[in-house]
Amino acid sequence: MDYAIQQALNALSFGAEYALIALGLAIVFSIMSLVNFAHGEVIAFGGYSMVVIGTLLTGNPWILMVGVLAGCVLASVALERIAFRTVRGADLTTGLLTAFGVSIILQNLYLLLGSPRPMAATQFIFLDQTLSFGTLRVSSLQIYETVATILAIVALTVFLRRTTLGMAMRAAALDFEMVRLCGIRANRVIAGAFAISGLLAGLACIFIMARRGSVQPHMGFDPVLVAFVACVIGGFGSLPGAVLGGFLLGVIEVLVLILLPQEAGGLAHAVVFALIALILIWRPDGILSPAREKGDKR
Amino acid sequence: MFRLGSKPKAAFPGSGPERPPGGDATAMLEIRQLRVFHRLIEAVHGIEISVEEGQCVTLLGPNGAGKTSTLSSITGAVRATGSIRLSGEEISRLPIEERCKRGVAISPEGRRIFSNLSVRDNLIMGGAVRADKKALFAEIQEWFGHFPVLGERAEQMAGTLSGGEQQMLAIARALLSRPRILLLDEPSLGLAPQIVGKIFDIIKDLKARGITILLVEQNAAAAIAVSDYVYILNNGRVTRHGEAAEFGDGSGLMGELTGMHA
Repeated sequence: MDYAIQQALNALSFGAEYALIALGLAIVFSIMSLVNFAHGEVIAFGGYSMVVIGTLLTGNPWILMVGVLAGCVLASVALERIAFRTVRGADLTTGLLTAFGVSIILQNLYLLLGSPRPMAATQFIFLDQTLSFGTLRVSSLQIYETVATILAIVALTVFLRRTTLGMAMRAAALDFEMVRLCGIRANRVIAGAFAISGLLAGLACIFIMARRGSVQPHMGFDPVLVAFVACVIGGFGSLPGAVLGGFLLGVIEVLVLILLPQEAGGLAHAVVFALIALILIWRPDGILSPAREKGDKR
Repeated sequence: MFRLGSKPKAAFPGSGPERPPGGDATAMLEIRQLRVFHRLIEAVHGIEISVEEGQCVTLLGPNGAGKTSTLSSITGAVRATGSIRLSGEEISRLPIEERCKRGVAISPEGRRIFSNLSVRDNLIMGGAVRADKKALFAEIQEWFGHFPVLGERAEQMAGTLSGGEQQMLAIARALLSRPRILLLDEPSLGLAPQIVGKIFDIIKDLKARGITILLVEQNAAAAIAVSDYVYILNNGRVTRHGEAAEFGDGSGLMGELTGMHA
C-alpha cells in the first residue's frame, strides 16, 4: 500500500512538472502557432537569475523565488519582443527555426557568461525533505510540486474564463484577426501569453532547482523536449490536452519503471515512446486536439 | 421567435448619441481612390464610396467584384492605398485595433463568431474596447431582450448556435463597441429563406434607429429594399451608383450581378 502511494506520488509530481512546462508551450502555440523551443532557456534564465540574485543580493529563498518568477516572465516577454515579433505571421517552420536559433544562442550565452559546469544554487533544497506518515515516507517537494501545479492550473483557468484578456486569448486561438477587429491589441494578447508562459516556466524552474541544487546551460532543454511530447500526446494547441499529456506521461514513465523487469531497465525510454506511438495511432492529432471548423486558422 | 419589430420604439442597445455627429459637411465614411492589394494582385482599382450618417448603403456585385476586399480595407485587414475618412478623420494608416476604437465595427463574411466562447463572452469581446463595463453588461442584457434566443443560450458555447442565431450574435457583437459605422458582409449568406427575412428586418430596424450601415450583399432585391444608396461593383470598379429607388427591385441588374453581360 505504502509502495503504491509512493509511486502514485512519483507519477503525480513527474506529471506536474511536465504539465507546467507543456502548458507554457501550449498557451503560446495556441495563439501564435509557434513551438517555442526556447522555453527551456527561459527556465535556465530563471536558474541564472537565482545565482546572480543569490550571490549579489540575498540568500532569502522566498525573495529568490520571486526573483526566479520575475526573471522568467521578463525573459519570456523579452524573447517575444526581440525575436518572435519579427516573424509573427510567418509560417510554422520559420517560427520553429527562429525558436531553435534563439535556444542555441541563449545556451551559448549561458556557456560564455556563466560556466559549462553546473553552478551551485542550493537555496531551494530545503523544499525537499522526507516526510514520514507512519510507515509511509514521501518527499515534501513532490507534494509541493503537485499542489502548486494544480493551483496554477486553477488560477490559469479562472484567468482565461473570467478576464477580458483571458477571453481574448481563448478567442485568439481560434481567430486572431477577429479579436483584433474587436479592438483588442494583438501585442497585448501575445505579450500576455508569453508572460503567462514565463510564469509557468518560473514555477517549473523553482522545482527543478529544488531538486538539482545547481544551474547548467542545458538544464531546460530536456524537460522542454519531454513537455513537447506531452503536448503532442494531449493534442497540440489544447491547454487541457497539455495538462492531460503531462500527467499521462508521468504515469506512463512511473508504470514502465515499476513494471519493467530489472534487466530490461535500459529499455524504459523505448517502451515509453512505443506507448506514445500507440496513442498517436489511436488519436493522430492527440487525445484532446481542438476540433477544427472550416474557417479556423489552422 | 425574434420579437424584433413587435417591440415598440424601445431604445435599441447602443443606439444612443454617444458619438459626436460627424457634421453636415463631412460624410460618416468617405473613401477616395481606394486600391486594395492581395499580395501583388490589385483587387480593387481606385473606387470612391461615401456613406452619410444614418444611411444604409449597399455594395452589390458578382463574386470577386471586390466587395469584401473593400470592407476589409476599411477595417484594416488587407493592404490598401488611398484615403479612408471616418467623420473626416483619416484612418487608412491605422492598425486594425485602432480603427475599431475610432468606430469601425464589422459583422464579417462567415460571421466568425468565437465558437469556443460562450454567447455572453462573445458579446463581452465585442465591447472589449469600452471602459464603461457596467453599461456594457447592462447593454448585453438589453440585447438578450431583443434576441431572446441569444439570452436563452447566454452560457452556451456560441458554436452550438444555428446559422441565423450566429448572424444575430455577430451583429450584436459588432454593435457593442458602439461603432460610428457598421459593416455587414453578406449577413444573409447560407441562411434559410425565412431567416434571411428576419435578418433584413433586423437591418431595417438598425437603420430606423439611426445606425450608419455599409452592407455587402448578394441578395439584391432585399438589400435595395433596406438601402438609401447603392453601388454596383464589377471587377474592382464601381460601374454604377445611385439612389436605391433608381434600382427598383434589382431585377434589371441580373447581367451586372452575375458578371454575364447578355
